[in-house]
Amino acid sequence: MGKLRPRLVTPLLATVMVLGLSACGGGTDAGASPDAARPAEKIKLTVALFSDFHFAPLYEEFKKTHPNVEIVERRAQFNDHHTNLTTQLATGSGAADVIAVEAGYIATFTPLADKFHDLGQYGLTKRQGDYLDWKWRQGLSPDGGKLLGLGTDVGGLAMCYRTDLFEKAGLPTGRDEVSALWPTWEAYMEAGKKFTAAKVAGAKWFDGPGENFRAMVDQAPVGFYDEQNTLVAGTNPDVRKAWDLSVAMIQAGQSAELAAFSPPWNTGLTKGSFATIICPSWKTGSIKDAAPATSGKWDVAAVPGGGGGNQGGTHLMAPKQGKHPKEAAELIDLLTSKDTQLKLFTEAGALPSIPALYDDPAITSYVNPFFSDAPTGKIFTDAAKALKPQHVGPKAGDVLTAFGNGLQRIEQGKQAPQDAWQQVLKDLDRIK
Amino acid sequence: MATRASTAVTPSRRPQLPPPRDRARLRVLAHRLDMKASPYAYVAPYLLLFCAFGLFPLLYTAWVSLHDWTLLSDTHTFVGLGNFQALLGDEYFWNAAFNTLSIGVLSTVPQLALAIWLAHLLNRPLRAQTIFRVTLLLPNVTSVVAVVVIFSQLFGRDFGLVNWVLSWSGAQPVDWNAGTASSHVAISVMIMWRWTGYNALIFLAAMQAVPRELYEAATIDGASGFTQLRRITIPMIRPTVVFVVITSTIGAMQVLAEPLLFGVYSLTGGPDRQYQTLSLFIYENFTKLDFGYASAISWMMFLFIVVAAAVNYLLTRRARGSLT
Repeated sequence: MGKLRPRLVTPLLATVMVLGLSACGGGTDAGASPDAARPAEKIKLTVALFSDFHFAPLYEEFKKTHPNVEIVERRAQFNDHHTNLTTQLATGSGAADVIAVEAGYIATFTPLADKFHDLGQYGLTKRQGDYLDWKWRQGLSPDGGKLLGLGTDVGGLAMCYRTDLFEKAGLPTGRDEVSALWPTWEAYMEAGKKFTAAKVAGAKWFDGPGENFRAMVDQAPVGFYDEQNTLVAGTNPDVRKAWDLSVAMIQAGQSAELAAFSPPWNTGLTKGSFATIICPSWKTGSIKDAAPATSGKWDVAAVPGGGGGNQGGTHLMAPKQGKHPKEAAELIDLLTSKDTQLKLFTEAGALPSIPALYDDPAITSYVNPFFSDAPTGKIFTDAAKALKPQHVGPKAGDVLTAFGNGLQRIEQGKQAPQDAWQQVLKDLDRIK
Repeated sequence: MATRASTAVTPSRRPQLPPPRDRARLRVLAHRLDMKASPYAYVAPYLLLFCAFGLFPLLYTAWVSLHDWTLLSDTHTFVGLGNFQALLGDEYFWNAAFNTLSIGVLSTVPQLALAIWLAHLLNRPLRAQTIFRVTLLLPNVTSVVAVVVIFSQLFGRDFGLVNWVLSWSGAQPVDWNAGTASSHVAISVMIMWRWTGYNALIFLAAMQAVPRELYEAATIDGASGFTQLRRITIPMIRPTVVFVVITSTIGAMQVLAEPLLFGVYSLTGGPDRQYQTLSLFIYENFTKLDFGYASAISWMMFLFIVVAAAVNYLLTRRARGSLT
């Protein structure tokens, strides 16, 4: 019997341990304390982001007024970040106290008003006066009754271009002359024809058709969805116009056929495979990161089509799973405050969503050394002022993918434009 | 602690012990219990884990696949086999199935042949054997992200190394990502690079159990290295071959990371879905939050894997005649 015991004990112990472990896994949140917190009690706030928002110094500032609050930031890859949030909302656990939601996804989450804290209850409605009206409304529930998210930044548009390649092609290089080259997208294509005719070795006019197409659609009064969230992409004449023009540019041989942010695109940026690239304010940072060696060869001009569209921009929201809505709301208030947005423009290239700042000298006088000292502060605030707001629908990201794929199929010679368009319509039916 | 406690109480307990014959019977009983129960206790942790993380998800997925199930809505309508019906008529599903099969064959067949050959080479007495064996495993421990990023650069259209080498023979540059066949080749090469060494090590382990005398006798009879490989090694390690073929097939059916990253996070596997595999198709529908449909695809994939594994098993068993 003495021999028997250890033989049975080991596996039994293992079983118990496994069961114990899995039980622990399920109940990590069980210890979270309710909000009836005494002032001395420690509170932990999690902030979930999809890239570096340069928030770290602001957390320290927040702790000065809230010594009992500890802030933990976690980051995920962009696509995963929003999928994670969906899963967390559906399963009812795991969501952070404060979460960043990008413009392409905001309309997916605002209809789920009962899954987020109404920030209006914590007094943040007072911030309405600060904001661009359309940006403010994006953060409201569909009936307008609840304030679910406060904006951090918007993505005003410009066009970045390579001065060295322009010079080789005999085009003007000064940013004002270049802006004058393309009052419209048609004029942009004409300039592209001149560039192509000059046969600059290894260089095309732009990187790929998808991003230009997106910019053209962003500038239209109505994009893929109407105000009632009905998918109108297949019937909207502005979308069709953007498509046709993109096809024409492909057929004129102006595309370098590089998908944005792919490794070959990065190489192309460094090697000068294309002369122009559509630039929302945040992309100036991406270019700098991807091709640091090209510093000084770039400049920034106005976007074709007169005035800006909006690409990107983020809201901060507080899921109901968070147990400390008051502190979360106060943190959101700080992270989106006027001072914060001013600071983040110079540090991270994030264009403020507070119009009063567009005349602030700290922003309007900002020049970007990487882009030949282009006054990006003035260029992007001008773009933001000219920006016509457009309603973003719930599955805008999937819709854009369908169109981008269609344009690439034409570019790769796999389909005639008409067939590609038909397949896009078929793909849209699946998105519903 | 138990021993110390028992020695302390032993004197007072001793008189209460049963008489020797009963004690012997008790020992037999305990032994029988040990023989019967211990094995179950040993496998219990695995079975419990399997039920929690294997069986339950499988059954739950089956349940979900019978519903119109969108993650964020609270109502889940029962649709019976509706999802499966839609799936069988979905050309994108068959496209994904074809791609999976094509990439699977392109990567598995040359990979296993190469692995056996490498293992055969390493099975001879060599200097610095360990270094060679560790080298074989290196690709496998490399992060798949790094592998794909590097190989995507190698297979680049404009500045890729592969096209540069091809250009020596005057060939036109290939747009590896755009074509169906070319993208399948590129992805298969990535898979092969990662898994050939791993499979070679498994083969090598099996080969070391083959009696040396067989080779010695064959050498005396004048059999070449290749003949020895074909006539002695492969027949002797058949069970391992069957095992590796089946695990590789299952791996190939589930390939996700390589095509996903090769397309720079394109969920459709390229603009024309030219390299969208079944796993990628499931993932695409999961991110669309269409859980019912995605679950139906998962179950179809499960069936495919069972069929593929069975076919492989039969084929590799049948192959006995021709291999020996």
